[in-house]
Amino acid sequence: MGWLDLKGRIFLVALAVLAGGAVALNLSLPESSALHVPNYMVGLIGKYLCFALLALSVDLVWGFAGILSLGHGAFFALGGYAMGMHLMRQIGERGVYGHPVLPDFMVFLDWKELPWYWHGFDSAWFALPMCLAVPGALAFLFGWLTFRSRVTGVYLSIISQAMTFALMLAFFRNDMGFGGNNGLTDFKDLFGHDLKGAGMRAGLLLASAAALAGGYLLCRWMTVGKFGRVLVAVRDAEQRTRFLGYRPEHYKILVFTVSAMMAGAAGALYVPQVGIINPSEFSPANSIEIVIWVAVGGRGTLIGAALGAVLVNYAKTFLTGAAPEMWLFVLGGLFIAVTLFVPKGVLGEIASLRVRWQARRGSDG
Amino acid sequence: MAVRNAIFRLILVLFAAGACLAPGGGSASEGFEAALVLLTGKSAKKRMAGVEALAASGHPAAASMLSAMVDGKLYYRKEDGRLFVVAKRGREFDLFDPMSGEQAGSARSKALKKVKVNNRLRRAIRTALAGLNLTHPDRAKRLDAAAGLLKSADPGLRPLLAAAFDREADADVRAAMELALAAVDIGRDSPPSVRVAAAGRLGASEAPEARALLGRVVGDAQADPAVREAARAALEEIENRLELYRQFGAGFPGISLGSVLLLAAGGANAAPAVREAARAALEEIENRLELYRQFGAVFQGISLGSVLLLAAVGLAITFGVMGVINMAHGEMVMVGAYATFVVQELFRTFAPELFGLSLAVAVPVAFLAAAGLGAGLERSVIRWLYGRPLETLLATWGVSLVLRQAVRSIFGPTNREVGNPEWMSGAVELAGGVAITYNRIWIILFSLAVLAAVMAVIRYTTFGLEMRAVTQNRPMANAMGIRSRNVDCMTFALGSGVAGMAGVALSQIDNVSPNLGQAYIVDSFMVIVFGGVGNLWGVLVGAMSLGIVNKFIEPFSGAVLGKIVVLVALILFIQRRPQGLFAMRGRAAEL
Repeated sequence: MGWLDLKGRIFLVALAVLAGGAVALNLSLPESSALHVPNYMVGLIGKYLCFALLALSVDLVWGFAGILSLGHGAFFALGGYAMGMHLMRQIGERGVYGHPVLPDFMVFLDWKELPWYWHGFDSAWFALPMCLAVPGALAFLFGWLTFRSRVTGVYLSIISQAMTFALMLAFFRNDMGFGGNNGLTDFKDLFGHDLKGAGMRAGLLLASAAALAGGYLLCRWMTVGKFGRVLVAVRDAEQRTRFLGYRPEHYKILVFTVSAMMAGAAGALYVPQVGIINPSEFSPANSIEIVIWVAVGGRGTLIGAALGAVLVNYAKTFLTGAAPEMWLFVLGGLFIAVTLFVPKGVLGEIASLRVRWQARRGSDG
Repeated sequence: MAVRNAIFRLILVLFAAGACLAPGGGSASEGFEAALVLLTGKSAKKRMAGVEALAASGHPAAASMLSAMVDGKLYYRKEDGRLFVVAKRGREFDLFDPMSGEQAGSARSKALKKVKVNNRLRRAIRTALAGLNLTHPDRAKRLDAAAGLLKSADPGLRPLLAAAFDREADADVRAAMELALAAVDIGRDSPPSVRVAAAGRLGASEAPEARALLGRVVGDAQADPAVREAARAALEEIENRLELYRQFGAGFPGISLGSVLLLAAGGANAAPAVREAARAALEEIENRLELYRQFGAVFQGISLGSVLLLAAVGLAITFGVMGVINMAHGEMVMVGAYATFVVQELFRTFAPELFGLSLAVAVPVAFLAAAGLGAGLERSVIRWLYGRPLETLLATWGVSLVLRQAVRSIFGPTNREVGNPEWMSGAVELAGGVAITYNRIWIILFSLAVLAAVMAVIRYTTFGLEMRAVTQNRPMANAMGIRSRNVDCMTFALGSGVAGMAGVALSQIDNVSPNLGQAYIVDSFMVIVFGGVGNLWGVLVGAMSLGIVNKFIEPFSGAVLGKIVVLVALILFIQRRPQGLFAMRGRAAEL
């Protein structure tokens, strides 16, 4: 595993320690213990890990292929909706209206039968692959339409934003059959186990950690070696890469699709942990926020992106509780300050500091 | 019962005939006295006889007494049985003599007894009143009475009606009475020839009752075929006439006709043929209204387009000319709207009589506020990020978040009310209920004026010349002695200022809230991308076409779906023609 460097190994070990430790301390210690990790904290960590995976997916396209997607929230939400549909079907007769097949909102809207696109989602063997396939298909289509026409830079960003905006409007409609405004919620269980159970919570946290680790390994594997070098070349000088005989659009479509599937996986893991998915996940503001996680941690560093997601979201959790008025000021300030003063992000700055320090030591000695 | 009713009506008729010959004769007065005695009777039967006698007496006070009786205001004194119309005053009742209407002292409530009315009596009184009112001196009362008889179509009252009709001089009342007569004549009790004639007369009317009656006859399987045929022909005649109305028909006549037809179609007793015809007619009206709606949609589209134009012109300057994506552009619009709010508040406080001028003052104020903010933004943030459009996008998004939260903290998260000055409120009503509001017209004119002004600035002023020079070739412009940094700042200020003016216009038609800018920012980006970057004509064409297309799709698919369709269409358009309708030139081309 020559492509996995020291930093990567430290990251994976730290991730394993964090997730395993949290689960162990939650399950084995009594609630009275000082070291006990409360249940909500397990859910919170799981949520952060999903965001980290999402940030990783954005870093893959933005940091390495130079595609600033302002619509990655859409892939996240689509994965979440696919998972939500499976969870909805799992409710079965336990809904408020007790209908054996139709989810509550459909009964409420007086629908007589399940729309065709809801079929199959009762089976996990179908639903789980769909969590990846639907975002992947949309990303492929989007990439096919835009990258081949050489839509780049801010144009692409704006169009990706329009895409998620359109999807948000669509999912807000009751006629779409995805619960409209309220989205999908009231989930009961997954794989036959109660979602609120301690074991399920721990399992989801571990699954999120595993997905993050897997996503990291995938990104690392893709960005090291020849493929990764072509990606960076496309990012830095698309025209030149094209003249060298590469097909930048093929690389871009591939990496964009993979990234969207990662985002979909993040969404699929996110939904059972928070218990709801609604159209506001599609809002353009959410997608831009993902980009700032990556920018804070360090664009093109992968680990930094994951770290940035956790940092910013922790700050969000803390501030929206302590001083809700302040949160948007802080977030806005973060956007400005990071782009102006820390353009490489936290990890990037540390790395360049080290390079400078080594250079100075080298010249001294 | 039926027999007694018949007798009663006979009496009425006799009276009516008698009244013609000798109004207010002594015999009538005697009948009146007898009726009063009957009214105080204990049994409902007696009181019924009293009502009949009262109606037959033709006494001038009979009508007012009968209506007082229905209203429960007719009492009689226990000791002598004298009738009074009373007005309650606590336990004391003021007594009024029913004959003269003058006050006749007062009495404690215990001393009086109410003349009780049951439902059967009430019905009899109503019919009697209608009959009496047919000869009432008041024209409105006579019309009412005729309309009431049209509804009840009581064959027993026909002679009375006919007598009143013969003596009636007023054309409107005559028409109403004739209709009522026809309604009676077409009833099942009449011989076929009378019914056929009545059908013809009903065919001349537009009253919903006429059509309902005709429809009933058409649907009546037991009726004589000739009668049914006549009724059908009459209905057809009505339909033809309605068709004529439709030819002229539009707007409010159409709507009111539509509601009448709706009534006819919804009436459970209308014949299937009538209902079908009415539904068809209704559909035609709907179609016509649909046309008007389409016209309204074009206007709405132009109006939406001009709003987009206002928002996008500023964006075109910063995005197109400078290559800067300003995600905070929507917030410049919002700042302009809040500036309008502040100016209006000041006017309200200090010079309410000059409120009409507030918008005229708000335009430059909003321009300066947003331009100043824009210049500050350029100096502090954007100038460090030239050549890095993606970073600019993120930083300005941050600015947008901060501005939104700041406004939310200062002005509160709720909508602020910005008033329409008088010269902007009101609307031109077009046919079909399509209203063209003055404020929309003003906004269209305003946006065109702003576009013209911006074009003039770019083309004819020194600043515009410098701007174009910097756009085309920055190093060359620098070499010619143009301070390109200053030009950048001014350009950004101009773009932001125009956004501020857009805010003034938007405050007139939309809610002034911290999220005002967000609602338009995606659309204005779309306008720029569609029209082509860096070309103001492209912005005009882009804004108008997006606005009109949006409003045109809306009625078919609903507002939300329409927007989605437009967005998807744009995404597809961009991949066919990434440079937009009008190709860009200059520095932005390397974006």
